[in-house]
Amino acid sequence: MITLSQVSKTYKVHGGRRTILDKLDLKVGRGEKIGILGRNGSGKSTLVRLISGAEFPTSGRISRAMSVSWPLAFAGGFQGSLTGYDNLRFICRVYNASIESALPFVEEFSELGRYLREPLKNYSSGMRARLAFALSMAVEFDCFLIDEVVAVGDQRFHEKCHEELFVKRRDRAMIIVSHQPHFIRAHCDRATVLLRGKLHPFDKVDDAFAFYTEHDDE
Amino acid sequence: MQGDTSFFNSLAIQWRVIRALLMREILTRYGRHNIGFFWLFVEPMLFCCGVVLIRKLFIHESARGLPVVEFVMTGYSSILLWRNCGSRCGLAISTNTSLLYHHNVRVIDLVASRIILEIAGCAIAFLVMTVLFVAIGLISPPEDLWLVMIGYILSAWIAASLGILIVGLSESSELFERLWHPAMYFMLPISGFGFMVDWLPVKIQKLALLVPMVNALEIMRQGFFGSKVRCHYELHGLIGFCLVATLVGLLLLNFFARRVEPE
Repeated sequence: MITLSQVSKTYKVHGGRRTILDKLDLKVGRGEKIGILGRNGSGKSTLVRLISGAEFPTSGRISRAMSVSWPLAFAGGFQGSLTGYDNLRFICRVYNASIESALPFVEEFSELGRYLREPLKNYSSGMRARLAFALSMAVEFDCFLIDEVVAVGDQRFHEKCHEELFVKRRDRAMIIVSHQPHFIRAHCDRATVLLRGKLHPFDKVDDAFAFYTEHDDE
Repeated sequence: MQGDTSFFNSLAIQWRVIRALLMREILTRYGRHNIGFFWLFVEPMLFCCGVVLIRKLFIHESARGLPVVEFVMTGYSSILLWRNCGSRCGLAISTNTSLLYHHNVRVIDLVASRIILEIAGCAIAFLVMTVLFVAIGLISPPEDLWLVMIGYILSAWIAASLGILIVGLSESSELFERLWHPAMYFMLPISGFGFMVDWLPVKIQKLALLVPMVNALEIMRQGFFGSKVRCHYELHGLIGFCLVATLVGLLLLNFFARRVEPE
């Protein structure tokens, strides 16, 4: 279970403080798939950072009784001057995963071949994303954090990711943050809309979608 | 994975993360080319040997009858410790904030791994140099090995607490970050590198002992020279300084860690 209770986040901006998230409550149980819909700038990414633990809330509490992934396919945590292999080793050490069992999977899944021996700075953005996705799958998490649509690589690779995440790991919890309703509709049991710093929860994804469209211009 | 938050489990996670960060930092900094990891201590060793050589060749009488090599080596090793910790810790957080997305990696781990790495590099360099110089007969073995070790450990503690303090301060104030680097230069001459407290006028001696590095260095040199010198140090003050600096640094770091904003 991941629980957010009365979580607020304010940032210092020019001439004062700005409230991005205002006393949010959210519960995500094991295996639950929750969509968070929001426009650009509504605070989705801030919420992702809080849930992943990269940032602390200004007030309120976040408790995690299950392990949460880093934002899926996010490559920011990798060191550009290190090779794919060395980044894999780092991730495995941090999450206490076995390097021996992760290695063949990442080699096979990322399809990077000899590029795994090259520093990440020589990768294209697509290659980086492929490595990042493969690494996220190499560590076992109870809950996956998905920031925006997981559209990595070409169509075929895209399908592979889909299979690995939504089919093989359908028993895991997922928090999917997106501004694209159809993606959330396809994968979530329920959805909540992030609007002006508040969460508006809905039991049915369609109701959330209706509310989201209704407040299209805000 | 995060369910069990008992003390020992947390400790195990922390050690694992710090170890991972250490290896990552070593690889990032020195790579796998030529001597790779060995640069960790070869670099400070070259620094120190260079300074020893210059002093040995050109400034014969600077140590007032004390053997020049030991005198310079101890002095410069102490400088290396706090200078490396001081200058390399400031960047430990800002260049690595994206690692905070990995739930187990915390700000304190970034700082701790950096400090451990700097101190390990300097300590290995110091050890290798001492053994090497004794082996080739350039210096005579220290009279009291324990005192040398205690002096070095205290120097390392000063460096570590300074490092933590500096990260905390420079992350909270940009002004401090700018002022600290020139301040380090002004600290060089008063850090005890070029003098023994006993050589100073009595009035100045009291002032000199207010500088924590001077105290630790006196202990280290007492260990090296033994009866050949009269050393002055204030152990209570020194340990008090280290404790307070470490505590304040950790508090600042904790305060900052709750406000860090990764991109």
